[in-house]
Amino acid sequence: MREVDSETMKIVVCVKQVPDSWAEKTLRPSDNTLDRESVDAVMNELDEYAVEEALRLQEAQGGEVVVLSMGPSQATDTIRKALSMGADAGVHVVDDGLHGSDAVATSLALAKAIEAQGADLVIFGSESTDARMSVVPAMVAERLGLPQLTFSSSVAVDGGTVRTNRVTEYGYDVVEAPLPALVSVVEKINEPRYPSFKGIMAAKKKPVQTLGLADLGVAAGEVGLGAAWSVVAEAAARPPKAKGTIVADDGSGGVAIADYLSAQKFI
Amino acid sequence: MIQFTTEHREFRAMVRRFVETEINPNADKWEAAGIFPAHEVFAKVGELGLFGLEVDPEFGGQGADHVYNLILGEELGKADAAGVPLAIAVQATMSTPSLAKYGTEELKRAYLAPALRGEMVTSVAVSEPDAGSDVAGIRTKAVRDGDHWVITGRKMWITNGTQADWLCLLARTVEPGQEPSTGYRGMSQIIVPTDTPGFSVGRKIEKMGNHSSDTAELVLDEVRVPVSNTVGTIGKGFQQQMSQFQDERLMGAYMATSGMRRAIERTGEYLKVRHAFGEPLINNQYLRFRLAELAAEVDILQQYNYSAAERYAAGQDVTKMATIAKFKTGRLSREVGDIAVQFHGGMGYAEEHWPARYLRDSRLIAIGGGADEVMLRVIAMLEGWERFA
Ligand SMILES: Cc1cc2nc3c(=O)[nH]c(=O)nc-3n(C[C@H](O)[C@H](O)[C@H](O)COP(=O)(O)OP(=O)(O)OC[C@H]3O[C@@H](n4cnc5c(N)ncnc54)[C@H](O)[C@@H]3O)c2cc1C
Repeated sequence: MREVDSETMKIVVCVKQVPDSWAEKTLRPSDNTLDRESVDAVMNELDEYAVEEALRLQEAQGGEVVVLSMGPSQATDTIRKALSMGADAGVHVVDDGLHGSDAVATSLALAKAIEAQGADLVIFGSESTDARMSVVPAMVAERLGLPQLTFSSSVAVDGGTVRTNRVTEYGYDVVEAPLPALVSVVEKINEPRYPSFKGIMAAKKKPVQTLGLADLGVAAGEVGLGAAWSVVAEAAARPPKAKGTIVADDGSGGVAIADYLSAQKFI
Repeated sequence: MIQFTTEHREFRAMVRRFVETEINPNADKWEAAGIFPAHEVFAKVGELGLFGLEVDPEFGGQGADHVYNLILGEELGKADAAGVPLAIAVQATMSTPSLAKYGTEELKRAYLAPALRGEMVTSVAVSEPDAGSDVAGIRTKAVRDGDHWVITGRKMWITNGTQADWLCLLARTVEPGQEPSTGYRGMSQIIVPTDTPGFSVGRKIEKMGNHSSDTAELVLDEVRVPVSNTVGTIGKGFQQQMSQFQDERLMGAYMATSGMRRAIERTGEYLKVRHAFGEPLINNQYLRFRLAELAAEVDILQQYNYSAAERYAAGQDVTKMATIAKFKTGRLSREVGDIAVQFHGGMGYAEEHWPARYLRDSRLIAIGGGADEVMLRVIAMLEGWERFA
């Protein structure tokens, strides 16, 4: 077990830029990947909880918070957002060769970048609102050989140990691991702060390091669309919403509704 | 042309989120209560740095450029109820600019900084029961007694009035035994802490709209405040107040324009989903052309605001533009509110939907901060069309 001096504890928070979750999303006709240009990009909402949790840990015990994001050039906006909330520095993994990377490839690039940073604690959100796979944190932990404490609804660091409440179907488990470790946090673990005006201005002056595939020592063939384990062969537009069925209640309404639900296999 | 930077965009997103999470979810409750918890809400506003954006950081401000205030106004204008935005705007651009511009260092430390940090709630107290449009007709007087003013009078329509910690008050300042001056001479702006003996809230006024904002009649009965609480030059209060009105008018125009834009958009959305005579209402050329016409006018106003903001930021005199922007937004809001209600039919008249509140709230724009006719008076004067003998 490594004794971590909380004064110098380094927390790396991974954040992803995603299309605004409320916007209508489309696939690019050329390669069936998500069209990220046509919609407003925002920080993955669930990652805001990760940033907030990192800042709270830092406020409680000092240390440094670095935000890490892999994404196209406009993902700097998302890094900047985290910096304006209070993070100290940013790392942006950006490379044309990363376009179309699946979760496996993403975890490789992120793991390499985290390794280069030398983090004591890595914090993720629990999923991204665009891909919704929830696997990247676990994959990164696996690649780095770190203990993974996923789906945490509370996080506490004490000396060289991190303890979390891991949400389960029936409640939560209290889990503990020595640092360095990787944590993913669930929605509503905290109330993410707003960036204040001062925070927004201060973010401008904070350092953001840009890393490409070569800097990370990742070969082009290991990531990107070509290396993806699955391909989107075809996509069809969502069918238009069908007209609802109106059941006029002449006394047999309850039965009619039950018949309808069972025909739809709901009951 | 205004170029919005990344920081400007982030700031906009932050204000929008503030409106959506701190104001909108509470709007119905506060409207029904006829008041909102100003100290609680202002603490958050202050923490985000939204008061005194353009003020020196030394005194609690943010040292930002004017475009941030433009953005603040545009985002506040889109709130679900105008009362809280009005209250915020009063503190950001109506009660504090004179103090920031003309106040002494001690006065700024004691009153400006805590207000901008959101620790104090403030009002601007100019209007009186017998003088609103005609500011030169105010009668509240402050008589000198050694190094104190003894203030007596009534102030009317004071936003934040029941909750304010201090007022930026306009009064006629006189030496003992002297008769108060008349006209615009001999007035001063004075910071009056509301915990001073002799100060009381006469009543809270029930209004047609902006219910969540408390509006009060205030009574000052021999209220003693130090002469050192005078903002700027004794006797120059009217001129200083007129300059403070300019900030207020610009902010009013920014808020009103985005509010209209939102009302038009929401009306358009409703017309798309509401069917009559076998098709969506929006298919009626009359309805969509009418909306298009309003959208066109709002667009022109927005560009006019941007132009005024840019000149203001460059330090140019924008008295005329601020007056025109205030006048045109006031006028157009009346039309937009009416159309929003009309095109929603019964839903426009029902309290459970937004147009009724919008109509009531937006009706203030043509009255508060100088009525349309007073704006016209200023414009006519600036055009050189004074009344001939
Ligand atoms: C909700 C609300 C909040 C307010 N908040 C504040 C505040 O915080 N602080 C403050 O000091 N004041 C405040 N006011 C007061 C506001 O500024 C005045 O109501 C406004 O200036 C009009 O003054 P008045 O009400 O006395 O109307 P009057 O001066 O009596 O005017 C009545 C009408 O006469 C017409 N008129 C007036 N003069 C002329 C003219 N020369 N030529 C042609 N027509 C004219 C206009 O149509 C005007 O609306 C507030 C008012 C309201 C309703």
